Amino acid sequence: MSTESNKQDFTITVYAENQIGLLNRIAIIFSRRKINIESLNTSPSEIEHIHRFNILIQETEEVVRKLAKQIEKQIEVLKVYYNTNEDIIWQEMALYKVPTDEIAEKVLVERLLREYGARVVVIRKDYTVFETTGHREETDKLIEVLQPYGLIEFVRSARVAIIKASEGFHSKLREFERIEPGQDVIENEYLDKGDKVFTM
Amino acid sequence: MKLKLMETAQKELIKETPTKTTVEISGSVALLEGLIAEGTEVIFGYPGGAIMPIYDALYDYKEKLQHILVRHEQGGIHMGQGYARSSGKVGVVFATSGPGATNLVTGLADAQIDSTPLVCITGQVFAHLLGTDAFQETDVINITTPVTKWNYQVTDATEIPSVLAKAFYIARSGRPGPVLIDITKNAQLQLFNYEGYTPCNHIRSYRPKPIVRKEYIAQAADLINQAKKPFILFGQGVLLGKAEKEFKAFVEKSGIPAAWTIMGAGAIPTDHELNVGMLGMHGNYGPNVLTNECDVLIAIGMRFDDRVTGRLDKYAKQAKVVHLDIDPAEIDKNIKATVPVWGDCKDTLPLLTELIKEQKHTEWLERFRAYSQEEIEAVIQNELNPTTAEMTMGEVINQLNALTHGNAIIVTDVGQHQMVACRYAKFNNTRSNITSGGLGTMGFGLPAAIGAKFGAQDKTVVAVIGDGGFQMTLQELGTIMQSGIDVKIMILNNRFLGMVRQWQELFNDKRYSSVDITSPDFIKLADSYYIAGKRISDRKDLISSLDEMLNHKGSYLLEVMVTKENNVFPMVPQGCSVSEIRLK
Repeated sequence: MSTESNKQDFTITVYAENQIGLLNRIAIIFSRRKINIESLNTSPSEIEHIHRFNILIQETEEVVRKLAKQIEKQIEVLKVYYNTNEDIIWQEMALYKVPTDEIAEKVLVERLLREYGARVVVIRKDYTVFETTGHREETDKLIEVLQPYGLIEFVRSARVAIIKASEGFHSKLREFERIEPGQDVIENEYLDKGDKVFTM
Repeated sequence: MKLKLMETAQKELIKETPTKTTVEISGSVALLEGLIAEGTEVIFGYPGGAIMPIYDALYDYKEKLQHILVRHEQGGIHMGQGYARSSGKVGVVFATSGPGATNLVTGLADAQIDSTPLVCITGQVFAHLLGTDAFQETDVINITTPVTKWNYQVTDATEIPSVLAKAFYIARSGRPGPVLIDITKNAQLQLFNYEGYTPCNHIRSYRPKPIVRKEYIAQAADLINQAKKPFILFGQGVLLGKAEKEFKAFVEKSGIPAAWTIMGAGAIPTDHELNVGMLGMHGNYGPNVLTNECDVLIAIGMRFDDRVTGRLDKYAKQAKVVHLDIDPAEIDKNIKATVPVWGDCKDTLPLLTELIKEQKHTEWLERFRAYSQEEIEAVIQNELNPTTAEMTMGEVINQLNALTHGNAIIVTDVGQHQMVACRYAKFNNTRSNITSGGLGTMGFGLPAAIGAKFGAQDKTVVAVIGDGGFQMTLQELGTIMQSGIDVKIMILNNRFLGMVRQWQELFNDKRYSSVDITSPDFIKLADSYYIAGKRISDRKDLISSLDEMLNHKGSYLLEVMVTKENNVFPMVPQGCSVSEIRLK
């Protein structure tokens, strides 16, 4: 069995201070090992001043675990989680720009909107912009549908994900703010083998 | 708080506020005040355009901060490393922007991989010029990101005290490492209300030490107590944790044979009865072979580098592994731990020692002795007491031991002489073996030795360097000349880039490609720097010349001509298991 076949989607969630240069510090952890980042999103988190990175890669769990440790080692990183697709709820958003005349004439727009959960963002004489959010397959499907009508532009956002099992980061943060960390901050992966959470 | 600044010139700068709680000083002065507050004794540096305001401020701090003018920034940072390694303190380095900063990169990489605490200050162009390709502008932060534990660009003077405090805290705490602060020229010049210096002891996103989990200590103790053939591997973590005493107590109570990585050498004395020698590619025979026979492997403050493990899938497969490390990312990185003991070994070792039974593993230890005897007969005897006309590197180190009694600090460069020095040098004391372990930086030896002497002025510092590596940083003879520091330099000259030649001999059918290196007259060179020196090629001159070098007042360069084509053995060839170690 090759390690190649054990590769799967992992979504890495990083809670970090919002500091210039941290994105680079995190990105080079992947590029140094010649691992491609499939998608990367940075955004505010549920806590003020703390940023949240969502990084999607395809790797084996062993590699992801080591990467998570390396990321968590960075000074400004508070915590790293990694999850398979089963453990998370995620969305990607896509925008599609198509010629209005083509679309209006040849497509049953209403059906299209209902079937693909799409919305119209802009309608102009010359073009119309649709938007959908969903999983990759769903946003991909709409490309196929719109392609024959002269898709002018397409763009898809990075994956954003919520961890199903997570209770949020608030209580953890309180522990981090203490000089002496409480025992519960220091989870040990060997005690929590089922839980795909890494923390020091 | 009212500051006592030394020079009158400085006093003119100070405008006391009505409440007398702050003073107005420049970013540069704030930096120097901070360095003093952190206990900095010496700075290794080189001035230039973008760091001029700091050097201008330094002019008034001559009495409080010793600045050593180096000859090249790479030399400066290796001096900082040598200082940090011999003293256990943080090395401080100054360089200017652009080329000054890029010249630090090799030293940063070296310090990063060998966990050496450094705070490097680089000057940077004015903030408004950032990104304009200004003169001597380079993106130092992004260039140094992969090779620093942390780095930060300061564009506003008010940030300097807190950023410096953070830098020292990060550099020295947890697993130590190099930190770089890039300060734009405007921030160096900017006057601001200085409220004094507060050292940093907490960063909420940074956990220097993982919490010790007692249940793992107990599990580790169980494994150790039940083991029939336990084996300790120790690395620099013991030194970095300043846990030599705790480590010795653990080794002595457990009675377990202990072998070292080159970074861990000296954590217990070479002659300690349970010290069974060096691990790795050119390590001792027994420790390598018996790694694949032990039943419990106890790794302390070491990271299973490939030069230690050889072929990973054939490494200690039969053994249960107890791994003690302060860096959670090291556990399970290369070798899967049966019991991970996260934490500072200064904290974890005493807990473990308490739970283990006092034992003697006499028979098992005897196995190491038997292999050692075999190695002595096959390798060491010929290396230390050669019958050839020409001298060997090993005999030089051996004679040096006899004169220093193992009390000198030995700084090495990289290559054959490094392996020979690590194998044969005697260390009675901790922090006595200073070498570029992880990065293998040729040119490290001479500047690191200068720094090591600054960090341990009461010790004899001997730099053991090859003819190749010496030529990489020989400009630092100028630093020796100007600072008057006392460093003993021993060039072991085999007129080859010996280690590469050895590999070419063994693995490339003696196709000696670009390893034949010529050298200048090193003695004349030293003489031009007013450094005494001598070249010897005859065995009968060895002891007297070493004696002369060691007793010479001031620096001395001794060039010893050694056998051209000698190989370092034993050797674990690349891609082989540690138990496939070759004696010839």
